[in-house]
This record gives sequence, structure tokens and C-alpha cells, in this order.
Amino acid sequence: MSKERIQISEDLYDIMPSDYQDLVKNATYGKEDRGWKDIGTSKELIEQHSLCAGCPESMAFRYILASLPNPEDTVMVGSTGCTSLVFPMVAVHNIHSLFGNQNAIASGLKRALSVRFPGRVKDVVVLAGDGATVDIGLDMTLQAWFRQEKFTTICFDNELYANTGGQESGLMQKGFVAKMAPVGKLFDKVRLPEIARESGCHYVVNCTVSKPSLVEKVIRNAVHVAREIGPTYLQLYTPCILEIGKNSMEGLQEMRDSEKPTERFAYKEYISEPAKQLLAELAAKDKERKAAAKQLASQASA
Amino acid sequence: MSEYRVLPGPEHFLPPAAASMGIQLPNPGEAHINGVIASEDKAYEEAARQFLMAKVPTIFPGPLVLWAWNEKAAKKATAIRHLYNTLKDCVQPGQKAMLIPMPDYRPKYPKINPEVEINPNHPNLTIWHNKIDCCMFVGVHCHQANLSLKIIRGGTSCYTIAMCAQAGHEDAMLSFRDASVEKIMKLADTIKRLKGTVQPRLETAKNGASS
Repeated sequence: MSKERIQISEDLYDIMPSDYQDLVKNATYGKEDRGWKDIGTSKELIEQHSLCAGCPESMAFRYILASLPNPEDTVMVGSTGCTSLVFPMVAVHNIHSLFGNQNAIASGLKRALSVRFPGRVKDVVVLAGDGATVDIGLDMTLQAWFRQEKFTTICFDNELYANTGGQESGLMQKGFVAKMAPVGKLFDKVRLPEIARESGCHYVVNCTVSKPSLVEKVIRNAVHVAREIGPTYLQLYTPCILEIGKNSMEGLQEMRDSEKPTERFAYKEYISEPAKQLLAELAAKDKERKAAAKQLASQASA
Repeated sequence: MSEYRVLPGPEHFLPPAAASMGIQLPNPGEAHINGVIASEDKAYEEAARQFLMAKVPTIFPGPLVLWAWNEKAAKKATAIRHLYNTLKDCVQPGQKAMLIPMPDYRPKYPKINPEVEINPNHPNLTIWHNKIDCCMFVGVHCHQANLSLKIIRGGTSCYTIAMCAQAGHEDAMLSFRDASVEKIMKLADTIKRLKGTVQPRLETAKNGASS
């Protein structure tokens, strides 16, 4: 699919529900500078979601969908978890995999897309929870990285199994007591960002989703590096406010508290040398393009 | 030949797939009515009759025609609009022709607005809400059409017609195959020709499709 194909047949346009008409008219498909600032002024690629009120995951979803550089040619792969409640409301191609299989599915998908559309840029982005990424699907996650599969893996880390009632996960912090883990976690949070780096990921970031501009930057970087160089990994803290005993309005503060320099979600970034070079080139091109556009605009107004 | 007949339901919660009951798909140039192979001409007549008899005859165009993927899709959309306009002109007072889209297959439960769209994962909601007693699917991918047709047969008394671009649907009560612009236009012509010759079943279907 490409932007040109997202068109409604003229003779049936009037019967299409308004959200589809809006998607065609006001969404940011094909816009080069799309980003979180489009939220509120253009049609978002997410309709009403079915997550809990105030869920940080819903913020993360909105920022990510607003930041994908190429949504009309992106396929997202989801897994079982709260994210799978949102994907039906998302206007980006997506596949629901079996629990934990997401990186295996994405590997095959990326290869198939390269064969089927050799001349086109097709991005694949995995988006799964910590249970799917680190516990049940760790084998598939790591093997995809070892094989240098060219797609982005995003882990929504809420540090437990949220929608099944709060069981312990590998990414839960040590000592944490959850509703269905009354003894408390006995060992440390799995250090997946470090494991990702050692497994061959070229761009790794560990952060929260409290700052939309930061989320936008890391998503764009991760997708571009995965497209050109190799696997990338983002671990985003999206706390489950219900399972950690917070109220709807406290999710943002929870993330801010957890990203302080000594906390477990202090911003951490690893960029391989080839990725650094690529990002520098992209930044230079971007700067050049923006300068040219500015010049053109000033000429037009003069 | 199978004794089973594909008839308006409600059959039961999980109706059997008609194929598993021995219903076969028509060969090119044929159609099926209630699971019995028939000539295409007979199927045009029967489909037109069912539309003209229904209290709320409805066309459900799917993504293959709603979205202008290519020139052929756009032409089919034009033909479908013509079919709907013809149907609207030919029904009598008390009947209400509808054109309701199936824009995609996302399982949008429970957000679906049955007034403006139909979803293959719970098509019965749209049928019930609008009291639709005869419908035609066109431009819906086969696996999603099969799913919808079975759910409708299971939970409603709606008469289903499939205008399929491939090999047809056993789970519809009437199915064409190899749908084209010409076939859609021919159905519209047949409806026009039979206008005024078919008695609407307004008395017997006061409440439309039952649950």
C-alpha cells in the first residue's frame, strides 16, 4: 500500500463513516515532517482506544503512531497483552501474533516484503509488552537480533502482566509485590537494553513516554536505523496505573519519578558506529531540506 | 446431492458451514439458490424478487469496492451506486433500501456504530439495528464474507445474497460468482424489470430480521 492508494471510491464516498473520510482528508500519511505536534490538528491514526482511563500506554501509542516516518508503508506486529486491545483501532497495517512470537513473525514479514516490493521502503515495527518480549518471547526476540533482522522492536514495559491481574514478569523490579505475586520479586529486573546491545542491536533506548518530543526522536531514529542497518530496540516505561495502585491522573508523574538520573528508567541510549554515521547524515539532509524550504517560503513572501 | 438447504435463520448459535453439509459451489456461468445449483438468469430473478419483497433491502459494499484500489474497483463502485439507486426507485412506500459500508475488517467491538457501518466480526448488530431482512455482500474478501454470512444465518432471519468476484459462497442463500460491473448492472436491470410485479412482505416482516 502507498499513500496514493488510500482513496475512497468517489461513488461511495458519502456512505463511508466520517472517521474514514477524515483519515483520507486529514491524516498525515506521506507528510515528511509528521510528528507528535500533529496531534490535535490532524486526524490521528488511532481511534478511541479501549485502554483504562489515564493509561500511559495510550499516550505512548498516540506518540508512536504520530512519529512513524512512513505509516502508509509500515506493518506493525503486536502480541497478546494490553496492546492487542488497541490495534483494532489503529489505521496502520498490523498483525497479531501468538504470544511471544512477534519477532519471528516480523522477521518473516520483513523478508517477504523485501522480496515482494524490492524497490519500496517497507518498515516493520514490533510492539509488544514485557511479558511477550522478555519472558515468553525472549527466544524469538534474541534470535531476531542475532540474525540482524532489519526491524524495530518496541517493548511497552509496565513491569508485570497487567491485563491478567498482575503477575510477576522478568522486567518487574526487585522486591516489588503485585496482586498475583505476593512474595515479591526475588531477583533483579532483566537488563534487556544491555542484552540488546550485546546481541547486535544498533540503536537501543531505555526511557519513559513522559516527553513526546523525545519519543518522537527515538522512534524516528529507531525506524531509520532498522531500515538501513540492522535491529533496533526501544524499552518504553508505560506503567500500569491500576496494578501499581495509582489513580488515572498519576501516570505521568509516575513516569517522571522513574526517569530521574538514579532511577531505573533514566534515559539510556546506545548507538553503534554505523548508526551514528547514518543518523548524522540524516540530520544533515534534514537541516538542508528545512533551510531550502525556509528560503523558498521567504522568497514567496517577498 | 445434499439434502441440506441454506435458508434464512436463525439456524442456531453456530450454524454448520454449508460446505460441510455437502453444499457445492457453482461452476462458471452458474449460481446457487439455497444451496441448489441454478442458472445465472434464474438467480438474477430470484435476487431481484428477494430485494423487492424485503422491508429493508440492503447492499453491503466491502473494502474491495469502497476503496479505489484501481480503475476496476472504481467502476464497480459506480455500478453498485447505480444498483442502489435503482433499488431505491423500485421499492414501494414502507420499504427502505439501504447502502451500508464495510470499510475494513478490524474487530471494532464494542465501538461499532450499526447505523453507519457493518463489521464482519459482528454483522448481526447492523442487521438487528436496522431491521434488515435482505442483504447483498459485494466487494468483501471471501474469508470475511464467509464469517459474516455464517453469523447472519446463525443469529438472524435475514436473506443473504453474495455477489462474489471469485467462486461464490455456499453460506449465502443465493450466490453469484465472477462478479463484474456487467453482472451488477444486470441485477439492477432485473430489479427494474420486476418493479411492481412483486408484493412486498410488509405484513409478515413487521419487525424485520429477528434475533
